[in-house]
Amino acid sequence: MTVSQVVFILLSIAALGGALGVVFARNLFRAALALVLSFVGVAGFYVLLEAEFLAMVQILVYVGAIAILIIFAIMLSRRMMSSETQPWNEQWVGAVVVAAALFAALVFILSRVDWPATEAQVPADSISQLGQALVSPDFYVLPFEVASVLLLVALVGAVIIAREQ
Amino acid sequence: MDWVADFWIPLIKAVVVVLVLLLGGAYMTWGERKICARFQVRYGPNRAGPFGILQPLADAVKAIFKEEIVPNHVDKIIYVMAPGISFAAVLITFAVIPFGPEVDLFGQRVGLWVGDIEVGLLFLLAIAALGSYGIVLGGWSSNNKYSLLGALRAAAQMISYELILGISLLAVVLLAGSLNLREIVDFQGTWPLLVLQPLGFLIFLIAILAESNRSPFDLPETENELVSGFMTEYGGIKFALYFIAEYTAMVVNSAIVVTIFLGGWKWPALISDLHPLAGVGLFLAKVLFVLFLYVWIRASIPRVRFDKFMRFSWKFMLPLAFVNLLATAAVVAFL
Repeated sequence: MTVSQVVFILLSIAALGGALGVVFARNLFRAALALVLSFVGVAGFYVLLEAEFLAMVQILVYVGAIAILIIFAIMLSRRMMSSETQPWNEQWVGAVVVAAALFAALVFILSRVDWPATEAQVPADSISQLGQALVSPDFYVLPFEVASVLLLVALVGAVIIAREQ
Repeated sequence: MDWVADFWIPLIKAVVVVLVLLLGGAYMTWGERKICARFQVRYGPNRAGPFGILQPLADAVKAIFKEEIVPNHVDKIIYVMAPGISFAAVLITFAVIPFGPEVDLFGQRVGLWVGDIEVGLLFLLAIAALGSYGIVLGGWSSNNKYSLLGALRAAAQMISYELILGISLLAVVLLAGSLNLREIVDFQGTWPLLVLQPLGFLIFLIAILAESNRSPFDLPETENELVSGFMTEYGGIKFALYFIAEYTAMVVNSAIVVTIFLGGWKWPALISDLHPLAGVGLFLAKVLFVLFLYVWIRASIPRVRFDKFMRFSWKFMLPLAFVNLLATAAVVAFL
């Protein structure tokens, strides 16, 4: 077993264990922390794949912004320690069916994809190439602009909801 | 695998950096008490050794031998983990900061940095985000309303000022054309970025003070309203860990300011061909200057009120940072 395989297994344990923790933790705050662990595990996968930029953005956006917002909301809205929530409810039969169907669909798709491997090195200026691709008309400028409009709409909506009458 | 180049040299560099940081953090507590005392016409610590120079050692011994108390009402695992997260994040941050050029040491070509990664600047921001978890978790797990308020403030402060930090750094990236800290230092060969980005430097300095909870923005631990906020329930070595993390963070943040805006190990202008080890000395001198600035600010400016502080962040600092970014972008695009 090579070093990167060992690292991969440890990261998988962190990512999957964190994900299980989110579902099974009775305390909402602890579930949010397990989510953070899972995010960090995924960032580790990106590092392993030599996608440093994605790894850092994963931590900045998911751990530094989204998870902290979730934690912020939990601290503001629930009683601190005493709140133990029941992770089960009466809809579990439907949930099992949907989850199984989703799993089957994912397995079906993943088994049909032929995973191309390349020996090519990661380009030295990958970040500037990524930046150019995001704004060049030949590549992703349209999705990029659509995403920014979507974010703007969400921002305006949030301001309107939060505004004092 | 080349064991010397790929294993031993990085290991030795990492150990040396951690030891220097620990010593620096410990002596920062002494330095701050000494300098603050001078600002207030006192002597400061002067009993342990000449000029009180052994005071950090005495404090450390005291903290280690104190009884280990874990209050009954805390969330035990997270309570013990939180100070460690704070401290680890501070130490990891320094990994990407270059403190000298490449030099020949003991017959090896050694770069005076621990890690040289393409996205160094993003790494700094990402680890800063992780570090704030130490405070948020400590405050929450203490299960005490004052600590929780401290944690809430820390989370709010972090979200607001991280944005400003990032935007002021974007202007730097536009000018230097790289996210790599070593290349940002190389860019400042003749003039430090302070000259090109005076407004950006001010914004960054304020944002990093806020991000690291330093006075006058130390609102998560205000002792007059929140009885030390997130660290109320901490004592002994766990308290000491928070404390040393804060002071080590001051050293690391000063190193960040020096690297990004004050030219790192390079001499500001004109004089070239500095001896590489003199460059390290220059880096240290600049860091010490910024540290003095930190203490100077603390001794001079009273703490701000929390609501005013947040208003200042969103209604003044953020627009200002955007103006700075747009102006820099215009200059880069049209000149």
